[in-house]
Amino acid sequence: MSSHNDGSDNFSSTRRRLLKGLAALPAAPLLSSTALFSSQAFAQAPATSAVNTTGLAVTDTEVTVGILHSVTGTMAISETGSVQAEKLAIEQINAMGGVLGRKIKFIQEDGASDWPTFAEKAKKLLVNDKVAAVMGCWTSASRKAVLPVFEQYNGMLYYPTFYEGLEQSKNVIYTGQEATQQILAGLDWVNKTKGAKSFYLIGSDYIWPRTSMKIARKHIEAHLGGKVAGEEYFPLGHTQFNSVINKIKLTKPDVIYCAVVGGSNVAFYKQLKAAGIDLNKQTLLTISVTEDEIDGIGGDNIAGAYSCMKYFQSLDNPNNKDFVAAFKKMWGEKTVIGDVTQAAYLGPWLWKMTVEKAGSFDVDKIAEASPGIEFTKAPEGYVKIHPNHHLWSKTRVGQAQLDGQFKVVFETPDLIEPDPFPKGYQ
Amino acid sequence: MTTPAPTSGRTFFLRRQDMIGIAILAVLLMVVLPLTLDNFRLQFVGKYLTYAFVALGLALCWGYAGILSLGQGVFFGLGGYCMAMFLKLEASSVENTKIQTTPGIPDFMDWNQITALPWFWEPFRSFGFTTLAVVAVPALFALIIGFALFKRRVGGVYFAIITQALAAIMTILIIGQQGYTGGINGITDLRTLHGWDIRTDSAKTILYFVCVGLLIACILLAYYVKSSKLGRLLVAMRDKEDRVRFSGYDVSSFKIFVFCLAASLSAIGGAMFTLQVGFMSPSFVGIVPSIEMVIYTAVGGRLSILGAVYGTLVVNWAKTSFSESFPELWLFGLGGLFIAVVLIFPNGLAGLWQTYVAPRLGPLFGGQARRAAPPPASEPVAPAVAE
Repeated sequence: MSSHNDGSDNFSSTRRRLLKGLAALPAAPLLSSTALFSSQAFAQAPATSAVNTTGLAVTDTEVTVGILHSVTGTMAISETGSVQAEKLAIEQINAMGGVLGRKIKFIQEDGASDWPTFAEKAKKLLVNDKVAAVMGCWTSASRKAVLPVFEQYNGMLYYPTFYEGLEQSKNVIYTGQEATQQILAGLDWVNKTKGAKSFYLIGSDYIWPRTSMKIARKHIEAHLGGKVAGEEYFPLGHTQFNSVINKIKLTKPDVIYCAVVGGSNVAFYKQLKAAGIDLNKQTLLTISVTEDEIDGIGGDNIAGAYSCMKYFQSLDNPNNKDFVAAFKKMWGEKTVIGDVTQAAYLGPWLWKMTVEKAGSFDVDKIAEASPGIEFTKAPEGYVKIHPNHHLWSKTRVGQAQLDGQFKVVFETPDLIEPDPFPKGYQ
Repeated sequence: MTTPAPTSGRTFFLRRQDMIGIAILAVLLMVVLPLTLDNFRLQFVGKYLTYAFVALGLALCWGYAGILSLGQGVFFGLGGYCMAMFLKLEASSVENTKIQTTPGIPDFMDWNQITALPWFWEPFRSFGFTTLAVVAVPALFALIIGFALFKRRVGGVYFAIITQALAAIMTILIIGQQGYTGGINGITDLRTLHGWDIRTDSAKTILYFVCVGLLIACILLAYYVKSSKLGRLLVAMRDKEDRVRFSGYDVSSFKIFVFCLAASLSAIGGAMFTLQVGFMSPSFVGIVPSIEMVIYTAVGGRLSILGAVYGTLVVNWAKTSFSESFPELWLFGLGGLFIAVVLIFPNGLAGLWQTYVAPRLGPLFGGQARRAAPPPASEPVAPAVAE
């Protein structure tokens, strides 16, 4: 349908802006093998029949991928960053010669914050458009809705959000952290540096916070010798946290451990502040607040709190500097980049490298070739795909600042192995 | 009060133009669409048609009886969840779930530290029970609500608000009890029905025809209710409730009946939805989908049974194609469509048809009944056109 035109219109207008931005970028050595702008690269491209044996949308000059996020509805505020990051990555890859000599064209679909719509659009992308890969989804619910579609029609999904684990699929590459990667190192850190022994667990009521808290509780009780002072869940969108704040005041936990998501965050931190809890004195560690959320919460309401993520916009390394500069050039000075946005940026790059390693766009070959793929130019530093299709990555703790950015106060020395089915934590 | 059309041109309970209308719809759904659409698009139509069951119920409940329910999603969801529970149990065999702490229970229960199947899940191992439950559970629920409200003469706007609250309560309940219901993710990854893989294209085509068959059966049922004495009483109630009450009728019982009927119809749609789409989630139960379903009926024309079906198809088709063409703007287009419907043709597609198209086509469409009497009186729906 005309979405093709729509996608490519977007594409060329943004490309112009991007190319300007790219001029400032140092050439990525990793990509030097295909980093030719000239048509020579296309001439060298391997024959389509050889690299595409399953009828995907691959021509001699182009390959089509899908972008499937919510750009309308309640999730739009979170997912927009992912869309922007994916478009940026695609632009950069194209500017460097594309994938196997083919330009990446994308078809964007709107999941509309509605899980069945995600399933419908996933099917459309795979069956109708025959896209070679899909970058998309955000919430666990949307992933769960599309997963059977990807498995049935043998598609490839690059999923960017940190999530609860307990899942592994041939058809998905999880570019965010699974729960143990994000949680354990942060708890160890707060235990060691703050001597924290008692924890109050608060989360939104759905699968990700509940699974995360289950893992956190096991770790606190079995490995840190601490105790859980309280554990409470609130419906999504909940805005009245006064009763739990009173309980926190009564139990005086060493750490408030928090996985409240979305709009509830704004109410939660404002009410904490109004209740006189100073986050510079009361340690609060969250696994659900990135720079994007602080945009809504307001830096002065959350300053002092700690957040445990794999990426912060303030990370000090050359890859990240380039990434932040290119992102702002393309999407405006005021945009902020959160953990998931960075993870979404990895998707197209990892896919490109996997295609080149496999020498094919075939989904089966990509699934097989994925383990071991390394991305040294990742803004978060260095990542590598594990045989379980998750990423090896570092975990970091940042402290929220008044300006809405995080100051990185801790970083694990080594990459943490992804363990979606953790033994002893279930 | 409306008088029924003269008996001439009426076979059993259908007028001739009704029969032609149903036949055209049947041919369209059974022959034209399957031949012209590819498998992929046909499956979408199958999905849209499951909402048509709800719209059908609303045409009866709202259009004819004047009871506006903003909570039909609850019944759609109940039917869908009943079917999903059966399918999930079948998909959660000990063999399929051996990596879990407790094999043999649905995966989301295992994630929520539940170690045994809850008692209310047990009966859903039986397909017979499930089929019965799909129709009976929502009807029973509607009976309780209807009894509590209509017997106290709660109606109109108050009823609409209460049903909307019900939709909100139901969503919160399902999301909150995620160990038993799958929470916000819903019940996903449904695979087989008695060993028959419902995910394959051929299975989906068969389910499509089953869905169309059921829909036609429900349309016939709706026409039957409409043309019966009960149907005329419903219209009378809508237009002058007190007069019907003073004539000695127990108004609330009729209202309860039509509300239960609409609930069961919605639930059949829900069950077919689960079968065709392969999952069920609280996002069909809440306020927004419930209101959307009212919009389908409004676009089709709430006074027309067939209009409700066409309205559902048109709105969903528009939704899909707008959103494919303009992923970032489509909601505005859809909003514009709804505003246009309300402002320009308040009686929906059916109203347009009756005002502009039908008079020209009258003779061709066996419009004897239509012609036999002056147009306004021949249509039972006519009094409301003036609303």
